Amino acid sequence: MAECGPVDSSTSTHTMDKSITLPPDEIFRNLENAKRFAIDIGGSLTKLAYYSTVQHKVAKVRSFDHTAKEAHGDKLYEIAVQEEVTARLHFIKFENAYIETCLDFIKDHLVNTETKVIKATGGGAHKFKDLIERKLGLKVDKEDEMTCLIKGCNFVLRNIPHEAFVYAKHADSEFRFQNTQPYIFPYLLVNIGSGVSIVKVESEDKFERIGGSSIGGGTFWGLGALLTKTKRFDELLQLASKGQHTNVDMLVKDIYGGSYGSLGLTGDLIASSFGKSATANKEFSKEDMAKSLLHMISNDIGQLACLYAKVHNLSRVYFGGFFIRGHPVTMHTITYSINYFTKGEVQALFLRHEGYLGAIGAFLKGAEEDNPNQYSWGENYAGSSGLMSVSPDMNPMQRARSGTFDMLEMDRLERQLVKLPLLQDPSSYIPDTVDLTEDALAREYWLFCFEDALDGVVKRAVASQPDMPETQERAEKFRQKYRHKLQTLRHQPFAYGSLTVRSLLDTREHCLNEFNFPDPYSKIKQRENDVALKYYLKAVKSLDQLEWEERQFALIRGVLAGNVFDWGAKAVSDVLESDPEFGFEEAKRQLEERPWLVDCYDQWFERLKGPPHRCALFFVDNSGVDIILGVIPFVRELLSRGTEVYTYISNAWFWLVTLVLRDGLRDERLMLVQSGSSSPCLDLSRLDKVLATVVRERNTDLVIIEGMGRAIHTNYYAMLSCESLKMAVIKNSWLADRLGGKLFSVVFKYEVPAGKLSHDCSAASPL
Amino acid sequence: MDKAKSMMDKKGASGPFHVANGQRSFTSVTANGACSSNGDMHHLHRGDEPDCTGSPAKRSRLRRRTESVRRNRPPFPWFGMDIGGTLVKLVYFEPVDITAEEEQEEVENLKSIRRYLTSNVAYGKTGVRDVHLELRNLTMCGRTGNLHFIRFPTQAMHRFIQMGSDKNFSSLHTTLCATGGGAYKFENDFRTMADLELLKLDELDCLIRGLLFVDRVGFNGHPECYYFQNPSDTQNCVKRPCTLDNPFPMLLVNIGSGVSILAVHSQDNYKRVTGTSLGGGTFLGLCCLLTGCETFEEALEMASKGDSTNVDKLVKDIYGGDYERFGLQGSAVASSFGHMMCKERRDSISKEDLARATLVTITNNIGSIARMCAVNEKIERVVFVGNFLRINTVSTKLLAYAMDFWSKGQLKALFLEHEGYFGAVGALMELLKASEDL
Repeated sequence: MAECGPVDSSTSTHTMDKSITLPPDEIFRNLENAKRFAIDIGGSLTKLAYYSTVQHKVAKVRSFDHTAKEAHGDKLYEIAVQEEVTARLHFIKFENAYIETCLDFIKDHLVNTETKVIKATGGGAHKFKDLIERKLGLKVDKEDEMTCLIKGCNFVLRNIPHEAFVYAKHADSEFRFQNTQPYIFPYLLVNIGSGVSIVKVESEDKFERIGGSSIGGGTFWGLGALLTKTKRFDELLQLASKGQHTNVDMLVKDIYGGSYGSLGLTGDLIASSFGKSATANKEFSKEDMAKSLLHMISNDIGQLACLYAKVHNLSRVYFGGFFIRGHPVTMHTITYSINYFTKGEVQALFLRHEGYLGAIGAFLKGAEEDNPNQYSWGENYAGSSGLMSVSPDMNPMQRARSGTFDMLEMDRLERQLVKLPLLQDPSSYIPDTVDLTEDALAREYWLFCFEDALDGVVKRAVASQPDMPETQERAEKFRQKYRHKLQTLRHQPFAYGSLTVRSLLDTREHCLNEFNFPDPYSKIKQRENDVALKYYLKAVKSLDQLEWEERQFALIRGVLAGNVFDWGAKAVSDVLESDPEFGFEEAKRQLEERPWLVDCYDQWFERLKGPPHRCALFFVDNSGVDIILGVIPFVRELLSRGTEVYTYISNAWFWLVTLVLRDGLRDERLMLVQSGSSSPCLDLSRLDKVLATVVRERNTDLVIIEGMGRAIHTNYYAMLSCESLKMAVIKNSWLADRLGGKLFSVVFKYEVPAGKLSHDCSAASPL
Repeated sequence: MDKAKSMMDKKGASGPFHVANGQRSFTSVTANGACSSNGDMHHLHRGDEPDCTGSPAKRSRLRRRTESVRRNRPPFPWFGMDIGGTLVKLVYFEPVDITAEEEQEEVENLKSIRRYLTSNVAYGKTGVRDVHLELRNLTMCGRTGNLHFIRFPTQAMHRFIQMGSDKNFSSLHTTLCATGGGAYKFENDFRTMADLELLKLDELDCLIRGLLFVDRVGFNGHPECYYFQNPSDTQNCVKRPCTLDNPFPMLLVNIGSGVSILAVHSQDNYKRVTGTSLGGGTFLGLCCLLTGCETFEEALEMASKGDSTNVDKLVKDIYGGDYERFGLQGSAVASSFGHMMCKERRDSISKEDLARATLVTITNNIGSIARMCAVNEKIERVVFVGNFLRINTVSTKLLAYAMDFWSKGQLKALFLEHEGYFGAVGALMELLKASEDL
């Protein structure tokens, strides 16, 4: 991966040798705080894991004690940048050849002296035991390989969305990522190392090797090397990808002259692998033999996996091991085999971080006292290399991979995340509206859009920290890192799972955090808040003067107008920047007149005439005109109807909102819940566990989702088991165009789940 | 049947041997009782025969049927052919009850075919008659004769057809019953080159029919079927004859060039459960590439002298001993050809070791798949047939071991002496049945 070398990584393979100097700030990061080491040494690759703590800055809003308000002038609050410490897991993968260099490097940079033990697993662990103990002065503690593998597998399946994928060679996007399943057990793990182990996993601690086969990766490699005089595994795969197995294999049609119709065996089916090579007087090409061997082994493993899946009645089958490890060739043949033998009933699943499972598991074994499984973890897109296609013809860059370092970093999240109990069908819920991995046109647009906006973000980032050191340099590093991520994603959209607008935003946030820019918009938001707060009372008063019917509409228009204010959306930030006086009233004028692009207002209005909702859950933005002038008056109205309201707000501005809402309204029925992220998008399958409890306890019967990120980029199609309101103004002309609307078109979607009295509302054209 | 059994028991010498459940299907072929097996066997069926006690009406009915069979009996020569991917299996019924009158009428080329086939044990460069498998004094369709078992490589098929043409085979007006894929592939060649029409038959139908028939008639007074006693103990593992009493259900594993696995619940009720392309063809194909050998015999000869543990990586090679966490013995193969990942070991490996490893790999894999199928189908008896098992005690013993060991004694592996010839026998039976149905 290019992160660890020069930007142009294609050249790095040839220049790297065993005496490389490691770029410390890129590879073994945060070694100063590192503790709990684990290492997984395989046949050719070493995976090192450690735990560290990362200090980074967070913007916190601090309220002043309002009894002493006078002393601070008009300001109700101030923004302070605070240091926050979070836990991070680091996983680094490199070739065994570098192991000594790496150990030396770690020794030189390791400060923490408390660490006494390194957990080790993998076939090569005993071979390097002495070296590790001598170099690091740590005692090597061996852990069972399969136990580590399963632990690692459970961990990634639980914590990394889009971890598992189906491979489809000829589809538009070869990787089809699976939704995170609410329940990951039971599953079958087929580990194809030198041999094959088939393991049934029933729970975190319960698993059993139900079978295996000696025909595995070692057979492909060993037999392949004998047949083709080719030494390396990768080269064998390359040979195989060019070969014609029909020259070596005896097909059904070679025996029958056609198909064997009565049994439904097609003519192209292999009747006997290597059946044509049973002759003395013929030469076979290396490519053809390698291909035949690959088919033979893949089919055999697929067949056995299916037989075991059937006997044990399991439908989720994950494949891993060095035979698979991201190789499109083997993923394709295994997928083909599984499809053939199960007639499509079972899908072969692969994992993005398959190579790390052993190291993750060994690490978890050593970290049991920290209870890592009690937390939720998230993949850090800034620090992780992402999945590379190893297909040689697809991406010429990828060859650099074997000579370099691959990384995975995971951050411990402040809260344990669970799915919203109100999802109608949690297993089919997909947060993102458009999968950019599959939609090439949209992908191109959004990648361009984010790259185009990058300069602006850099500028804001610099402006947000006028008094901090090295702001310019850090901002520049951020620019480089994010631009490089965007470039990578252009070539490998599947690198971090399905590419979506949400993941592009998250990646940007991770990169910003990486260089200590917790909120580039904080200054603007502050300015905007100040203006909005001044206008707040007046706005409320004028609303109160309206008749009930008029007021209901004005409140919705208010939320929508507030939504026009969005510094993240380029079209809006352009307008706002050129005209700082652009006010709330002006925003209202920009709004599309009814009928809106998606217009369920009449149904909503009818509903309001009925009994009040018991409890509403409101997903809102975190600051500014939007929340102060749009959301709060609307919440006031709901409260006055007798509805309990839970508002879900991101961290940074939590206290500000508390201040305004609680002090302004003084209502016991209004509760605020802090979300774990500052993303403008929303994944309803990963929400604070506390919120889920509240939703269940309070019998929430209305979910309101506001904003383009939450209601359009994500959740547009989300089906809930209670009434829902999705409101947003489209502030992107390309997207507006796609939806058949125009800039500032309004989406007002009110949905009642089937079964309850349904008001059908015209839906917008599909995104 | 009870009577028959008691007589068998008295005889004792040839061991327990009966046909209990084969009876129903047997009579479907030999409804009139005219077809019977040879001396040792004929008492089994004498309840059906004209000379046994029975009402006069029944006797006359039987006589009429015998007449009809005689009229409709197909003309000689009687062949059954199974054209596989690698080998052609041919069974030939040589009548030994030819009357002088018949002999005079017999056309010259029919006579010459009989003489050619019965007086030779090898035909051309590659044809072989498995003399040791010959079934003597067998009665089929009221005729007594010897059943000969001949094989030659499928590659020689065109030469064979040419011979049929040269000998003017088509003038004999016999029906050539053929099964196996080659019946379809070469059908047109038979027609155009030799003016012969094939009666094409399904290979799995033939396999099951032939297998049940041969098992029923036995192997010249001995059982057709055998198993290994103490399969998990190499020192004391011995081959033992046995009977297929109540043959159903059985999992039938036919190992030819490729492998077909059938769950057989009765002669007509069976399904192909699965198959694998790793079969006899794979063993020979890989051996030819790895060792430069040319024939199955050569490959097996080498394999018998080799040691696969120099090629395969065992559990103990990885874990230093047993992998206790998973109950894997140190001596179990962890990775077939796993040692060959290492160049030094590749450079010093012997052909014999490679041949042995290939044989062990293919055999274990078939055993593994067969075992899973048996579990899935809930069948405990696994019958292995096919020419891969010919002169291949390494594989038969290994399969017996694998079935026993991995199922903890639940599954039993059975083998049959006529390994690969059942399809051809089944084809011959179709010839006789087809004529009967006229």
